[in-house]
Amino acid sequence: MSQPPVIEVRDLTKRFGAVAAVDGLSFSVERGRIFGLLGPNGAGKTTTIQLLLGLTTPTAGTIRVFGLDVARHRRAILQRSNFSSAYVSLPSNLTVRENLHVFARLYGLRRPQRRVAELLELFEIPDVAKTVTGALSSGQATRLNLCKALLNDPEVLFLDEPTASLDPDIAEKVRAILRRIQRERALTILYTSHNMREVEILCDRVLFLSKGRSVREGTPREVLEQSRAESLEQLFISIARDGDLRSTEERS
Amino acid sequence: MGSRIAALLLRYLYLYRRSVARVMAIVFWPVMDLLVWGFVTAYLQRIEVPGPVLFLLGGVIFWDVFYSSSQAITLSITEEIWGRNILNLFVAPIRVSELMLATCLLGALRALASTALLSLLAWIFYAFRLTSVGFALAPFLASLLLFGWAVGMCTMALILRYGQAAEALIWGVPFLIQPLSAVFYPLSVLPAPLQSIARLLPTTHVFEGMREALKTGSVDSAILLRAFALNVAALLLASLFFAWMLGRVREKGYLGRLGME
Repeated sequence: MSQPPVIEVRDLTKRFGAVAAVDGLSFSVERGRIFGLLGPNGAGKTTTIQLLLGLTTPTAGTIRVFGLDVARHRRAILQRSNFSSAYVSLPSNLTVRENLHVFARLYGLRRPQRRVAELLELFEIPDVAKTVTGALSSGQATRLNLCKALLNDPEVLFLDEPTASLDPDIAEKVRAILRRIQRERALTILYTSHNMREVEILCDRVLFLSKGRSVREGTPREVLEQSRAESLEQLFISIARDGDLRSTEERS
Repeated sequence: MGSRIAALLLRYLYLYRRSVARVMAIVFWPVMDLLVWGFVTAYLQRIEVPGPVLFLLGGVIFWDVFYSSSQAITLSITEEIWGRNILNLFVAPIRVSELMLATCLLGALRALASTALLSLLAWIFYAFRLTSVGFALAPFLASLLLFGWAVGMCTMALILRYGQAAEALIWGVPFLIQPLSAVFYPLSVLPAPLQSIARLLPTTHVFEGMREALKTGSVDSAILLRAFALNVAALLLASLFFAWMLGRVREKGYLGRLGME
């Protein structure tokens, strides 16, 4: 018998005045999968993540994570999930260890020291434990954000362009770590990125958004076949330039 | 719940270990205020102004309690916005009430440290003993703390809703309240229409009560009760306003915008 999806979104709509940032979006993510939420700037990716995290309330539709309604069980869901974004930082005036210690306690870890040490080791930044966060390089800061995102051993991870500021070497290491944790712990990851090569390597399924609507969904191979595109990069550019592919196809 | 509040409090206390600016906020500015008003008081005493003038020093010390309490909430959360950490907090499994409570406790600690220091300096330099009335003045200080929390919550709600455009309120709101609160002069000095507004503020009753206590040596419990009743109302209204505004912020998607831009 198949397991129920970890994330289930049905007819999700978010309007800001007359503008629909997310428009009738439906998708589900199964346990242990990496799901790529893709699209050009303004497509609705960030709004969708904010809706999934309960930071923004939907205009219509339902969001269930672990089978629980986000609107009613937000804290219970957040206890079992975590988030990291290239656009969010940990306090720059605390040391790396202090930051992780505070967040470990916020997530209810009883003895955080060991977990903090493990994660710093995993992301190869144990030497900066006593460094003030503001003095880290952008690559180290991104890895610290990921350490924070894994503190509570989450079942679902929301990652918003996590490798945006990393050099290719570190980005590759981070992808390898995420892949490994995903396989070992059956971690479910909802991933946004503008790096289509990365998406092809990492994601089990992808969903392309344009103007808040889903225009392609499937495995990377399936969406390429549907679109007759040679690469996700090419498909991304087509969506960014033509907008809603379906309406383009319908017209032709 | 307690451990999450302790963790949040720890997050703010870590800052004080290495931030000169934060220690200055507790020590330098309040002490400068005390010195200026202390010398004004000494001068007024020397030229034999009729009536007790020592209450000016009491006003400085008491006002700092309200200011510290309000600022601990507004500055703590605003710094999370400036540092782009606010979303990390809002996606952690904490209640907004826990975050507010942690900042309120920080405000209490700041006010306590500041009051202790100013009282000591006022005693050394100006022979002004805040404890001369006994610990009966403590409920007045508590009352200022509570009103500081209420004002801090309202200011914070506006900052979450209007972002940077509302940040000037952090420093502006307390000084909007100060002239109406009759901190350094009796309520009767204010024009009649302003007196009616001033009576709605708990701070006005606290400062009136403080002057009375310093003058007579005893605390008027009716004034104290009025201050507390107004504080209960202020805290209730501030909580409702904050909750309503946070709902609007979530609906409009401002929280994400505050945290990621």
